[in-house]
Amino acid sequence: MQRIGVFVCWCGSNIAGTVDVQAVSEALKSEPGVVYSTNYQYMCSQAGQDMIIEAVKEHNLSGIVVCSCSPRMHEATFRKTAAAAGLNPYMVEIANIREQCSWVHKDMLTGTEKAIILGKAAVAKVNLNTPLIPGESPVTKRALVIGGGIAGIQTALDIADAGFPVDIVETKPTIGGKMAQLDKTFPTLDCAACILTPKMVDVAQNDKIRIFSYSEIEEIKGFVGNFDVTIKKKARFVKEEICTGCGACVEKCPMKKIPNEFNLGMDNRRAIYIPFAQAVPKVATIDPSACNMLKNGKCGICSKVCAAGAIDYTQKDEFVNEKYGAIVVATGFNPISMDKFDEYAYNQSKDVITSLEFERLTNAAGPTAGKLLRPSDLEHPHTIVFVQCVGSRCASCAEKGKEYCSKICCMYTAKHAMLVRDKYPDTEVYVFYIDVRTPGKNFDEFYRRAVEEYGVKYIKGMVGKVTPEGNKLKVRASDLIAGKQLNIDADLVVLAAAIEPDKSARPLATMLTASMDTNDFFTEAHPKLRPVESPTAGVFLSGACQGPKDIPETVSQASAAASKVIGLLCKDKLTGNPCIASPNELMCNGCSTCENVCPYGAITYIDKEFMNHDRTKSLRRVAQVNPAVCQGCGACTVACMSGAMDLRGFMNTQICAEVDAICR
Amino acid sequence: MQKITRDVILEKAISMLQSGEVSAVLGHRTGEFSYDVTPSVFTDAQDLKANFVWNDFCGANFSKYLISKTKKLEGKILVFLKPCDTYSFNQLLTEHRFEREKVYAVGIPCEGMVDIAKVKAEIGDGILSIESTDAGVVVETLYDGTKTIAFEDVLLERCANCKSKKHVAYDELLGDEGEVIDSNRFDEVERLEAMTPDERFAFWQGELSRCIRCNACRDVCPACTCEKCVFDNPNSGVENKAPTTSFEEKMFHIIRAFHVAGRCTDCGECSRVCPQNIPLHLLNRKFIKDINTFYGEYQAGEVEGSRAPLVDYTLEDLEAEDVFKKEGE
Repeated sequence: MQRIGVFVCWCGSNIAGTVDVQAVSEALKSEPGVVYSTNYQYMCSQAGQDMIIEAVKEHNLSGIVVCSCSPRMHEATFRKTAAAAGLNPYMVEIANIREQCSWVHKDMLTGTEKAIILGKAAVAKVNLNTPLIPGESPVTKRALVIGGGIAGIQTALDIADAGFPVDIVETKPTIGGKMAQLDKTFPTLDCAACILTPKMVDVAQNDKIRIFSYSEIEEIKGFVGNFDVTIKKKARFVKEEICTGCGACVEKCPMKKIPNEFNLGMDNRRAIYIPFAQAVPKVATIDPSACNMLKNGKCGICSKVCAAGAIDYTQKDEFVNEKYGAIVVATGFNPISMDKFDEYAYNQSKDVITSLEFERLTNAAGPTAGKLLRPSDLEHPHTIVFVQCVGSRCASCAEKGKEYCSKICCMYTAKHAMLVRDKYPDTEVYVFYIDVRTPGKNFDEFYRRAVEEYGVKYIKGMVGKVTPEGNKLKVRASDLIAGKQLNIDADLVVLAAAIEPDKSARPLATMLTASMDTNDFFTEAHPKLRPVESPTAGVFLSGACQGPKDIPETVSQASAAASKVIGLLCKDKLTGNPCIASPNELMCNGCSTCENVCPYGAITYIDKEFMNHDRTKSLRRVAQVNPAVCQGCGACTVACMSGAMDLRGFMNTQICAEVDAICR
Repeated sequence: MQKITRDVILEKAISMLQSGEVSAVLGHRTGEFSYDVTPSVFTDAQDLKANFVWNDFCGANFSKYLISKTKKLEGKILVFLKPCDTYSFNQLLTEHRFEREKVYAVGIPCEGMVDIAKVKAEIGDGILSIESTDAGVVVETLYDGTKTIAFEDVLLERCANCKSKKHVAYDELLGDEGEVIDSNRFDEVERLEAMTPDERFAFWQGELSRCIRCNACRDVCPACTCEKCVFDNPNSGVENKAPTTSFEEKMFHIIRAFHVAGRCTDCGECSRVCPQNIPLHLLNRKFIKDINTFYGEYQAGEVEGSRAPLVDYTLEDLEAEDVFKKEGE
């Protein structure tokens, strides 16, 4: 029989405000096994913990129930307390009477009743708890960064700087991401290429960093410290190690009319291409959907002109297997599609563009060599209308856009407007906005400059309709402050499209068993206190894959993620979780169901000899769990028909006892 | 009426037994009446000649017997499998329940098996003999003379809704290869789905309250092959006991349906053996139908080694919310 102590926490007024803590500790006193029960203002404080240690000694306790916040918050704390008192840490159970009770109830009576029931369930479980001893697992001292934008680049550089090898996997033929497409960056207006490309070169030259460009993640197995990843290097039909990036092949390629994705389709590239001059790695890639040689075997010019002999039309996708200790997700963002926003005539007029397209139009390396010319007739636009929040903060039109604020649009629109007025003072610039949101160092000053020094016309209100008429765009909008309708004949309309996570994020999250929110942004382990970690151990978050972010914020988070990775890779061994699966061989059917459902490959089968009732011996196929690999997810225990597989610390009998206690 | 006669099968069995290719034969043994046959292991040719049966009442699925019968056997066992039996055969191999090389499987075509309960319902008591002819099932009775019933009218439910006449596993086939049938086996499930929850509850209440917990459904089920069944395990919390409330009967059948979900080949043995005529196959078919709807068509046992959607994982799998949205469609 256990001797259980119950410790009810007030959490200041967080719990005590809606739960009668005195009544809870009184009620639990009479539960089976409970020999001591008390309550205190802050159980997690030093005084509270000392109280537990004292009680363990004084009442010779064998198990502890703490009625407090979520175990996610303080289970580890109280396990340490138990260990300090000489108990096995796994003799502690937490009854969550805060997040799942006091915070969701308004009424003291119902809150108290529920807290008592939750406490009873925890007591019922502790009665069946047994001491558990954790094992250890080694750490592979190499990190994987998924995504080669500024977030991935910064994370990789910082990890490599600490001396650990890093691999970057990027789906595009070059690293650089969205930042490589930008012109100037707010609030200091330095050119994106000038500050990004040296970092790209640093990555290329760092002997700790390997770049897998034009590659995708095929499979992820394993767990923190021991991920086993398969990387698919897509065939680029150019031998990466031989290609010098001279560009002779690109010049001679006869397929000239392929929309150039780097310039968002505003100009063309060849079937063999290098995305931009500073690409890293600077290696050509053949687009198999456009190349005549690959499609029907008629061409082969690039191979003839390549002095290095780097072209290889027979190249196949290659699969690389590598082990990693930590994985950083840096999959970034994309502007949403404008297809559903017919009112802005994006699909009807070439002169309605998105802000990212505007970046390319003003970029010296862009389709117009940096001259601001409108796409339809390459004339200089004299009236430009910027529309903010296109698809952002779109609660009423959730099927079209996003409910959240995309965060970066206010600032880049101010930047665009200011740069236009700076270079082309003869241009009228209107910005339509819902609110202008400019928190951030030197951000509001920047926006004020656009309005006050550069004379950008900021109008609070939304654009209702854009109608192409002749070579003009008729913009109908409302000015909410003046309370009137506006009709503007614009030459160019720029839409600040909402941003969304990259489409690769959702399948990746599934492979990583990392959680996401409803918008497909990765969820952090704690929104305030663990913002760069995923709840999945060993998986870290960098940049806009976690939420909309500008460059300064992305780089901070990238370095933060790197420091978390370095902290993990510095360890030689990780203490495992003793709550792992264990099979009862006498009941095991050998059916392999558990082996099939195990996401970690922790279960194998052996033929084992058993003594029969008649003293003969026979071989039977039974499951074995590798304790270093099992993560205690419990998938096998629910899949096992006979109940032969059970999870230590969460045995079927313990769970049933909890349910029984709740239903009693 | 079966196309392959007893004589053909018997000849095969005797020749294999006598040549020593197999050391035992799994077949049906005569009982008191022609419809009263018992699965049995024959090791003697004389015994086979005298007592081996193959008629319209040989419904038993022999696959499950292979687990216990191959365990201590020296040499191979010859088994005759109907098309539906071969699905269970594959499923058991998938779950490593017996060794394939200890079995010589002969596929025999099946025209459907007769449900004696339906015959009795039609004819009444006092059956002296039953014989299948081309004209139908000819029944000689004590009180009413001889009657003839159409074969189709007295088929077992599972045979009337036969899903496949194709053997998916065998070493040798007697007769022709059959085909998978586009059956109406989900019609009754759809009828239940169309009910209101209250109506459906009343339906199952009516059916399951007749359960006497004889465990025949579990014992015959080729998916119920655990070393120790949870209903026999005192530590499971649901061990076998006389049901004290109608709730417990429901739980038994619902737990069993969950345990065989994704593994049930829809062989229909549960309903065939139920002494209370509870349509237990409907629970399993609902699972099969849902799996088909949510994860794409899947037939357990069709391919040896196939991974059932419930214990497999692909990136294309539905998210929980999609399953929720699809409910009732």
